[in-house]
Amino acid sequence: MDHRLAPEHAQLRRTVEEFARDEVAPVIGDFYERDAFPYEIVAKMGRMGLFGLPFPEEYGGMGGDYFALCLALEELARVDSSVAITLEAGVSLGAMPIHRFGSEEQKKTWLPRLCSGEALGAFGLTEPGGGSDASATRTTADLVDGAWVVNGTKSFITNSGTDITALATVTAVTGRRPDGRPEISAILVPSDTPGFTVGQKYSKVGWNASDTNELVFTDCRVPEANLVGRRGAGYSQFLRILDEGRIAIAALAVGLAQGCVDESLRYAAEREAFGRTIGGYQAIQFKIADMAARAHTARLAYYDAASRMLADEPFKRQAAIAKLVASNAAMDNARDATQIFGGYGFMNDYPVGRFYRDAKILEIGEGTSEVQRMLIARDLGLPA
Amino acid sequence: MNIVVLVKQVPDTATERKLRPEDNTLDRAASDGVINELDEYAIEEALLLKEKHGGEVTVLSMGPDQATDSIRKALSMGADKAVHLNDDALHGSDALQTAYALSKALGTLEFDVVVLGSESTDARTGVVGAALAEYLGLPQLTLAGKVDIEGRSIRIQRQTDYGHDVVEAELPAVVSVVEKINEPRYPSFKLIMQAKKKPVQKLTAAEAGIDVAKVGLNSAATEVVDAAAAPPRATGTVIKDEGDGGLKAAEFLAAKKFI
Ligand SMILES: Cc1cc2nc3c(=O)[nH]c(=O)nc-3n(C[C@H](O)[C@H](O)[C@H](O)COP(=O)(O)OP(=O)(O)OC[C@H]3O[C@@H](n4cnc5c(N)ncnc54)[C@H](O)[C@@H]3O)c2cc1C
Ligand SMILES: Cc1cc2nc3c(=O)[nH]c(=O)nc-3n(C[C@H](O)[C@H](O)[C@H](O)COP(=O)(O)OP(=O)(O)OC[C@H]3O[C@@H](n4cnc5c(N)ncnc54)[C@H](O)[C@@H]3O)c2cc1C
Repeated sequence: MDHRLAPEHAQLRRTVEEFARDEVAPVIGDFYERDAFPYEIVAKMGRMGLFGLPFPEEYGGMGGDYFALCLALEELARVDSSVAITLEAGVSLGAMPIHRFGSEEQKKTWLPRLCSGEALGAFGLTEPGGGSDASATRTTADLVDGAWVVNGTKSFITNSGTDITALATVTAVTGRRPDGRPEISAILVPSDTPGFTVGQKYSKVGWNASDTNELVFTDCRVPEANLVGRRGAGYSQFLRILDEGRIAIAALAVGLAQGCVDESLRYAAEREAFGRTIGGYQAIQFKIADMAARAHTARLAYYDAASRMLADEPFKRQAAIAKLVASNAAMDNARDATQIFGGYGFMNDYPVGRFYRDAKILEIGEGTSEVQRMLIARDLGLPA
Repeated sequence: MNIVVLVKQVPDTATERKLRPEDNTLDRAASDGVINELDEYAIEEALLLKEKHGGEVTVLSMGPDQATDSIRKALSMGADKAVHLNDDALHGSDALQTAYALSKALGTLEFDVVVLGSESTDARTGVVGAALAEYLGLPQLTLAGKVDIEGRSIRIQRQTDYGHDVVEAELPAVVSVVEKINEPRYPSFKLIMQAKKKPVQKLTAAEAGIDVAKVGLNSAATEVVDAAAAPPRATGTVIKDEGDGGLKAAEFLAAKKFI
């Protein structure tokens, strides 16, 4: 029983911590204000190998594991969630489906570029008509003369419209199953395919230095070989991808929750009110103690889910629990940190202002908190 | 091209630094150790030289057991192997003795160029490079902001207050670097994993051929006799912009001789 990090994980954590402090923190506020994508930072993350963390060296990866990715996400999100989600979506949604389910040819073609961070991949599941209910997929892919013809619209797709976006793997209805339900498959669509249109860029409450767009596919033709995994297996494949992704989002949420603790500790030691530093007041101390406790327990929850996943044990429930408690921790800590900062907490020039705006999406993206509770309940044997 | 890069572990400048009350040497156990900042630039330059000219990069560090952390980090930036000079007899050595000890350790290695930082962040004497070159009887090229090697000749831009000098020497030589020279890389996870398998040779004073009578606190030429904490920093000057903010800021900087 040991939750301490192995030396190589500890060193990676420390390296990313330094990177976030020295390269991200000083400049990210400006990108955030301007709703601009930080290409230079992403390129640096690429050179450090962060986009290749959990992939084998033969495809340009770092030969690490999913837990290494989670540690990197946590450390980035301690400082800023926009760059963290860019990494999370690039690795766990963009590259992972190709790595897990793609053909040898697909892996050789795409993974080296995605691992280097020179190109980004996106994953399109959510549609205007629904995200939680994946069976509501309306996008279609018809096999015509040896090519998939994709038609439909995907909503809120991360990394889908940057200058370096190379592809989107999208779920689409490819036919009917014998029982009449839609057959859903995953199709890899390179971003330079005619008919691949980046629709509106959203004006978001948070994650403002990350890229989120609508994607529209109009008679978009890709080779038959661009099917990712088995035909009709799209549903079960993305369930696996989403289960893993929950651990990554939990790590990101823990980072935000910890960032709130870090900032509050610093500010409580500086700010004076009624003749003493506010950190001397029990009301503030208890807030910070609660914040630290939430970050810590949520961290243990994602460590546990990740260790099960790496040991090839069932981890669905633990991943859902980790995401649920970590996104709660992020929300609660962002609220408390903002309170500790008083009026300055409501200003965009302080990191806690960003934390506050970035926290809410964690209860929504990659499965809402309601969906996490549904997953936990089902895993406990309650009726669907 | 065989390159030796000198790496000193220093207390993290982000944490509080303390002297040991018994002998006024730095309490290295009390704070987290990190690589001396300029040594990261030295490592980067060594790696760039290797990428250009081939050969091997060897890390040499003198310090207690904890220095292993910094050695590991240097290896995970891409250095090939390391030598760790570690001996209780070396405790409390001053700059001159450190240079002597390092010169002896270098005597056990084959090298064309030694790269080091121009100054440490803890003791900041800035003399180890010069003293080391003297002990080795080699040319010293200090405060390098740029290094070029062609054949057996090495040429640097030596950064000065007024610009730079171009200094040239024959290899082997000792080069100390300044921040301007490059941008140190962050270790990748692949290199972090590989670093675990890279050889780290432990060297005692005797193995390096160091005369232990010449090193350590007792025979040091200098002694730290007293220490006082720096006075707390005065609060900053606030300039309110009433149309002339830029001018006032410039005047302030000029008065402090920054511009
Ligand atoms: C910034 C951002 C980035 C995103 N990136 C991506 C991406 O890269 N790829 C991608 O595919 N998607 C992405 N999404 C979409 C995101 O995953 C969905 O928004 C999310 O899954 C919820 O889907 P929905 O918005 O359609 O909400 P709905 O599914 O319409 O849910 C609305 C509400 O109803 C609740 N609800 C639904 N069903 C039930 C039920 N059975 N019982 C109880 N309550 C229920 C939900 O919990 C929620 O509170 C992103 C979203 C955002 C905001
Ligand atoms: C508070 C304090 C005050 C001190 N004052 C003095 C003093 O006044 N005079 C004095 O002689 N000594 C002094 N010392 C002792 C001093 O720390 C050591 O002797 C040290 O090695 C001297 O070098 P420096 O760190 O100043 O090196 P610098 O010359 O500033 O460092 C230049 C480079 O030399 C290399 N280098 C230095 N030390 C090592 C090492 N151990 N291993 C590998 N590479 C190394 C690094 O690349 C470094 O960047 C003091 C120590 C402390 C803690």
